[in-house]
Amino acid sequence: MKYFPHTQDDIEQMLSVAGLKSMDELYGEIPEQLLFKREFALPEAMSEVEIRSFFDTLGKKNSQLVCFAGAGVEDHYSPSIINPIISRGEFLTAYTPYQPEISQGTLQYIFEYQSMICELTGMDVTNASMYDGCTATAEAMMMCVAAAKKRNKVLLSATVNPRVRAVVETYAKYNGVVVETVVEKDGVTDLADLQAKLAGDDVAGVILAQPNFYGIIEDYSGVADMCHSKKALMVMNANPSALAVLKTPAEWGADVACGDGQTLGIPMSYGGPYVGYLACTNALVRKLPGRIVGSTTDVDGKRAFVLTLQAREQHIRREKANSNICSNQSLMALYVTIYMSLMGNKGLKEVNKLSYAGAHYLAEQLVATGKCTMAFDKPFLNEFAVKTTVCPKQIQAALLQKGILGGVRIADDMLLLCVTEQRTKAQIDMLVETIKNI
Amino acid sequence: MIRNYDKLIFELSKEGRVGYSLPKNEFDGYCMCSGIPAGLKRETTPELPEVTEFDVVRHYTNLSNKNFGVDTGFYPLGSCTMKYNPRINEEMASHPLFTSLHPAMPSEAVQGALEVYYNLAESLAEISGLSAFTLNPYAGAHGELTGLMIMRQYHIQRGDLKRTKVIVPDSAHGTNPASAAVCGLEIVEVKSTANGTVDVEDLKPLLDDTIAGIMMTNPNTLGIFETEIPEISRLVHECGGLLYYDGANLNAVLGKCRPGDMGFDIMHINLHKTFSTPHGGGGPGDGPVGVRAGLEAYLPNPQVKKDSEGRFYLHTDDNSAGSVSNFLGNFGVIIRAYTYILTLGRENVKMVGPLAVLNANYVKESLKSEYYLPIEGVCKHEFVFDGLADKSTGVTTLDIAKRLLDYGYHAPTIYFPLLFHQSIMIEPTETESKETLDEFIAVMKKVAKEAIENPDVVKSAPHTTPVRRLDETTAARFPKTTYKQMKG
Amino acid sequence: MSKIVEGLFYAESHEYVKIEGEFGYVGITDYAQHELGNVVYVDMPDVDDEVEAGEDFGAVESVKAASDLISPVSGTVVEVNEALNDSPELVNADPYANWIIKVQLSDASEAQKLMDAAAYKAFIGE
Repeated sequence: MKYFPHTQDDIEQMLSVAGLKSMDELYGEIPEQLLFKREFALPEAMSEVEIRSFFDTLGKKNSQLVCFAGAGVEDHYSPSIINPIISRGEFLTAYTPYQPEISQGTLQYIFEYQSMICELTGMDVTNASMYDGCTATAEAMMMCVAAAKKRNKVLLSATVNPRVRAVVETYAKYNGVVVETVVEKDGVTDLADLQAKLAGDDVAGVILAQPNFYGIIEDYSGVADMCHSKKALMVMNANPSALAVLKTPAEWGADVACGDGQTLGIPMSYGGPYVGYLACTNALVRKLPGRIVGSTTDVDGKRAFVLTLQAREQHIRREKANSNICSNQSLMALYVTIYMSLMGNKGLKEVNKLSYAGAHYLAEQLVATGKCTMAFDKPFLNEFAVKTTVCPKQIQAALLQKGILGGVRIADDMLLLCVTEQRTKAQIDMLVETIKNI
Repeated sequence: MIRNYDKLIFELSKEGRVGYSLPKNEFDGYCMCSGIPAGLKRETTPELPEVTEFDVVRHYTNLSNKNFGVDTGFYPLGSCTMKYNPRINEEMASHPLFTSLHPAMPSEAVQGALEVYYNLAESLAEISGLSAFTLNPYAGAHGELTGLMIMRQYHIQRGDLKRTKVIVPDSAHGTNPASAAVCGLEIVEVKSTANGTVDVEDLKPLLDDTIAGIMMTNPNTLGIFETEIPEISRLVHECGGLLYYDGANLNAVLGKCRPGDMGFDIMHINLHKTFSTPHGGGGPGDGPVGVRAGLEAYLPNPQVKKDSEGRFYLHTDDNSAGSVSNFLGNFGVIIRAYTYILTLGRENVKMVGPLAVLNANYVKESLKSEYYLPIEGVCKHEFVFDGLADKSTGVTTLDIAKRLLDYGYHAPTIYFPLLFHQSIMIEPTETESKETLDEFIAVMKKVAKEAIENPDVVKSAPHTTPVRRLDETTAARFPKTTYKQMKG
Repeated sequence: MSKIVEGLFYAESHEYVKIEGEFGYVGITDYAQHELGNVVYVDMPDVDDEVEAGEDFGAVESVKAASDLISPVSGTVVEVNEALNDSPELVNADPYANWIIKVQLSDASEAQKLMDAAAYKAFIGE
């Protein structure tokens, strides 16, 4: 077996040094009835040739579709140089930078990641990354409750992605946090309902989305004041790619920003790995879970980077911890750091411009077919909901026949469609044509 | 010199440079300038770098040279199972027939992906002796939290609402109590005996009808097998609680015994430890959670099932503990782990534990005259020294760790477990050869000798690394966590 | 050897209280600051918060540890030592001069349940 270096001779010598006569003696103390004696019901070992052909066969059972789906996962362009860099063994096969003297590579890219996330969100500080946008939002909820000390209620807008809401609600259920939903009106958060639900002076935080689940860019004017006057924190789950052009969580007055970094060029990979981000104001830094990297100097005065504020963390705080997160999603943080370095401000703006143009063209064309109407009359970036006169299931089935993933069905008469810079006019026209012919 | 490279990507930036190329705009007349009200647009410009593609390649290649990974050298970091990460796993995970899949694709269009998920879950169930697995949790800690949610959901569904306490051994990793706290459970600590295992006599009086369960790892954090596990299982089940297995140390027993057979009801596995997926500098990993028969419905949504005709589909169960992730976990990591299992095959999976244990015992026995071994006897995949045997040198575990860096090794885990003051926890894993271990043993002995003959060289180590010991106090007192803050 | 000041009252969790009339000044002992190492942050309550003897009211963080602050007395916080926000290292320099909170005592007799200097000295084994 190519992963095991032991020759029979090695084994005998090593056993002898360990004072043992046989391999079985290594498990001599284990009660007999616990030992596993039969063969595993697993396939026999495969060679690389067989492995490749095995996954080729499986891969061909998946369809390759032109993607018009979004709902939190978008089909953006992934630059060619990222994979080779993150595949370098020095990055790929390292662990958490416990020994900073030989982990400056990891520590520095996390520092760069943190700097870039703060630039996009406008927030003061961020951690070294989270698992995904859903769990990052759940952690944001826990931060609100920890910061408020005696309050355990959090308000969650109905316009937040349902997958994010489901995870927030799961964490809340077991942690004892009460989650109340702020209702939606015409596709956006009903601010009157928000105000009413804040009136009890018992809310620790309010969780909102930008753009929201329907792709709508919500107007949160006055919301920060509304929250802060009731001593509630404002949390904004925002698409980081869109923040190159949209008003930032900081500009809206949010205390915490969170979301999923998948839109920063990460392949869709059937749901992961992606990377969550979680950022906040300086006032909340001690409530921020996870690893944080800071700059410092070594004994010779050389600039260096190190894990800092570690006393907040789960392994120290144990049962007093507000979060149990240990590591981060480091390699994916490197992924988006390289992406943001390549794109820069101009590239990210360009991505948004192209996606915006394609999405608005598609919306216009769909309405022109007579089979769809815009579900909401609100500004959007690259994703929008349409009401359909034909059953969306039927539309999606027809599109599937043409090799198109026709958005996400979000109601019995509603489709959510997303366009990225990767969608060509020909692809959009084919989608429109197919719907027209139903 | 390469290792002196000290630029930040921001410091390479020059206005006007670009590192991207994007398609032409085929859509005339759609402009954000008019389409999005000014009040919704960003007022400031994000200060991202302006660099060329080549700048980026060189910069991160140079950064990688200041890093140490398993590929670089021996990485005996206890409790982290830093084994070899095969490249075929990477190749399969970046297969375009999988990376192109959107999670909203209908089941009939992703049968291959669902089959990978289903088969890995089945394989893990077979290897661990449990009934069903979810692969949705993203990491060990996340799996732990998910497992505890399942434990609570089981009691809630039975209408047994007063079980709000969980027992955790005092030797447990800090993540165990932290996960329990996040899950809304109160922690009750059970003491260890002198040989580091759970004290059954201390456990008995803790067991009553408020106990949701117990969290254990076996072997425990000292690398000692809990031989009384059948009795512990009987006692905990008798009081109505469940046994949770922290799979951090699964590598020790892989192929030799199974958590399910030990009596555990719920467990998590760290794919990035036991199943060779790379640690990636701290993630992404994946933390599958398995349950014994009868608890399957409580696994997080969505669940992957197979129908009578062999077709795979997604199932949402009303009794589930809930959703814990965006979708089906770190799918790319799932492909890697499955590739590893297929490469090993049934004949080699069972050798992982024994060879890992052989390596650990070999290193332990070779070093126990120079380093103080608080618990004698056969260890499992890892073991703990409590500092140097010679306590008069003033050289601490931290010093030894730093000196090892000079000799080209990653340091073992230090100051954990907390049971000893100078813990050095060593886990060699099965993929290291006798020659590698012999060289490490020689260096450890040399450091022990240096500690006596020239302690200053050890206390001031490391000397040859890209940077030397860091000022962590200033970093924590005046945190500078972004380029902007650093520039002041 | 740790510094212990006569006339103060000490808790087993290594906080002290200095009683001045109806007020108590609460901080951590020299022994505690030494055990913690370089203090990097002191998490303090707000003025007007209630504290209760035996309950935590904040935390002290060093580079590698975080230790809860347990109040030795009950009452209302009337002042917090703002200087510690910018200079947490003052706790290391002189923990007795640099108290953490000033409490209006609700029950002055509580101090009698704490250790005096001699008892604390014996407690820490010095």
